[in-house]
Amino acid sequence: MKQSYQDIVSKNSPKENVFMNAVVAFISGGLMGIIAQYLIDGYSALLDISTKEATVCMLVTLIFLSCLFTSLGFFDKWVNFCKCGLIIPITGFAHATMSAALEYRKEGLVTGIGMNMLKLSGAVIIFGVVSSFVFSLIRMVVGLI
Amino acid sequence: MTFKFNNVYIYSTSTVTGPYEGNGPLGKFFDLCHKDLYFGKRNWEEAEECLIKESVNILAKKGDFNLEDVDVFIGGDLLNQIAPSNYAMSNFDKSFIGIYAACATSTLGLILGGSLIESGFVKKAVTFTSSHNMSAEKQYRYPTEYGGPKPKTTTFTSTGAASCLLMSSGDIKLESGTIGVATDSMIKDVFNMGAVMAKAAADTIVKHLKDTGRNIDYYDLVLTGDLGIYGKKILKEYMFTEYGIKLKKYNDTGVMLYDRKEQPVYAGASGPACAPLVTYSYIFDEMRKGKYKKVLLAATGALMSPTMVNHKLSIPAICHAVSLEAMI
Repeated sequence: MKQSYQDIVSKNSPKENVFMNAVVAFISGGLMGIIAQYLIDGYSALLDISTKEATVCMLVTLIFLSCLFTSLGFFDKWVNFCKCGLIIPITGFAHATMSAALEYRKEGLVTGIGMNMLKLSGAVIIFGVVSSFVFSLIRMVVGLI
Repeated sequence: MTFKFNNVYIYSTSTVTGPYEGNGPLGKFFDLCHKDLYFGKRNWEEAEECLIKESVNILAKKGDFNLEDVDVFIGGDLLNQIAPSNYAMSNFDKSFIGIYAACATSTLGLILGGSLIESGFVKKAVTFTSSHNMSAEKQYRYPTEYGGPKPKTTTFTSTGAASCLLMSSGDIKLESGTIGVATDSMIKDVFNMGAVMAKAAADTIVKHLKDTGRNIDYYDLVLTGDLGIYGKKILKEYMFTEYGIKLKKYNDTGVMLYDRKEQPVYAGASGPACAPLVTYSYIFDEMRKGKYKKVLLAATGALMSPTMVNHKLSIPAICHAVSLEAMI
């Protein structure tokens, strides 16, 4: 029995190290969580604000830092290493938006940044809105029962 | 379809690269290696245009001929509307044929240029090709500052431009050329271009051998374009199981251009510039020294369209091969 081309391809394609990737993402994602928690505690203690308000400050800080680091040109290497540890938190969203904005800046403010900034992250917004609608609908229906 | 040429020679060549290629194992063979990826230009597209202009100018200087005497330019690149090539050529007041065969553009250019010279329509033809890592990333993948993880089979688009002057004298003979067919290997993975293209490479190499009545051992070296380390393995195994041909004196320019252990290039180099950068510099040097006499260069191109990939269609690939002979 002759091997098909597909068989030869799958035989000669390397396996991704899923376990290692998961461990790295777990640790780096966990570290992100710790940093975020310290930020919340710090903000609420320093500025004397509620945890809810401090959470917003924490998110803004993380978004600002990811955008800054992306612009300085080294955050892509971190993301590439940490993978989902940095992609799933809000840092990933900020990084995707910022990298597109940087890339298309040279094509003009409207035709460049305006039309391309959400190239990667637009899908997150669309499906974020759609899924929050679906879940609030479910919650409403469950509440009625 | 194979053309045999009797009177077509490569008179001179030039290679211009970016920093990654310059730092690679073949760095010392290139004519000019830039340290920065912008080359003093405002954006990636203009930087690529600049690469082509530089490589053509270096070609004229190295070959000691006047660009006024060139009859026709043939070339292309990876970007939409082959924009860098078109813009670069608008600086030279010369007849220009723009071609697109993805990463197989270089050999297609050689075959077309060779045909024009063999037929006597033109006396001097310049073929060129270019690719730029950043402009290709931007168009085909993600914004360049985006650090999304990539699988190990991903290839790294080379940055560079290579030009070649074809005429009826020179020390490397363009002996024959085989025009390949667009082959669909039913692979949909955009991060595994080696697998997409290996089947096309096998197809063209086998057809070339059949048309010329040669055995694979006729060649001192068989080179494929940019299959990368995994595509190279696939081609070797596929050639053996499907056609019973054992590739022994074989290498892939995608594997040769970079140091895969030291540089972040995953499976190796790709891009239209990859095959000619390696061939016009290192391989021609070795041919002139007498290490290789007959070389078969099979540049491979994945004819990838992001739109068609979004339509869930597989990616066709093409491979054009040229047989090169050292005249020394």
